[in-house]
Amino acid sequence: MNVGFDLVNNKLIIRIDGDIDHHTCEEIRSKIDNEIMKRNPKSIIFDMKNVNFMDSSGIGVIIGRYKLIMTSGGIAAMVNVKPQIKRVYEICGLKKIIPVYENEKQALESI
Amino acid sequence: MRIDNEMKLEFMSKSQNESFARSVVAAFIAQLDPTIDELADVKTAVSEAVTNAIIHGYECQNGSIIIISRILDKTVEIEIKDCGKGIEDIELARQPLYTSKPELERSGMGFTVMETFMDEVEVESQSGVGTTVRMKKTFKSI
Repeated sequence: MNVGFDLVNNKLIIRIDGDIDHHTCEEIRSKIDNEIMKRNPKSIIFDMKNVNFMDSSGIGVIIGRYKLIMTSGGIAAMVNVKPQIKRVYEICGLKKIIPVYENEKQALESI
Repeated sequence: MRIDNEMKLEFMSKSQNESFARSVVAAFIAQLDPTIDELADVKTAVSEAVTNAIIHGYECQNGSIIIISRILDKTVEIEIKDCGKGIEDIELARQPLYTSKPELERSGMGFTVMETFMDEVEVESQSGVGTTVRMKKTFKSI
């Protein structure tokens, strides 16, 4: 499971590449947490462009990282979200706490 | 109602089989020509049920998971069965946000996702015997 990172204006862009399910979520979680510890970003942006599938295990990972960044006063956002992921995300009520933007540029300008 | 087609799949309760299981079911139901959204709904529901069997049914120990899927006209029936520890309180387990394993950072939304994405979800479980989740969805496409 490849997870790429870019730090832009102290905002950490997290590029997940592949399906997010119970099998992959542990590795994704530890990679993101290591990077957050190392770089201490103000906010995080999940780039979902290369995620074609996510179930509720992925929701657990996203809420967990959201809580982590909240403790230091930051916020989390998501970009490039595909319809299947958007549906899971909406059912689980993430819409209220993690804003979704069309693309990275918009997210970087808004958060 | 007449069964038009049926398949049975048995695999070990390993997390790497989650994507295998949902892909097999998706390939089986492709013959009904579902829309991309309908296919994604079924894949997500199967992933949730299989994950529950692995994490909760077998508590990540080795066991066997059986999936039986039937096609009846435009409807797909999917049965996901484990012989794990069973669910003590099914009603509680089906509550949104309820998780028996909060330490694992689970969202507690598995059953809610299944119920939202499928037309019917039935859970049968007995402590120490196992759990069977039966789901149905009728495709609107064609």
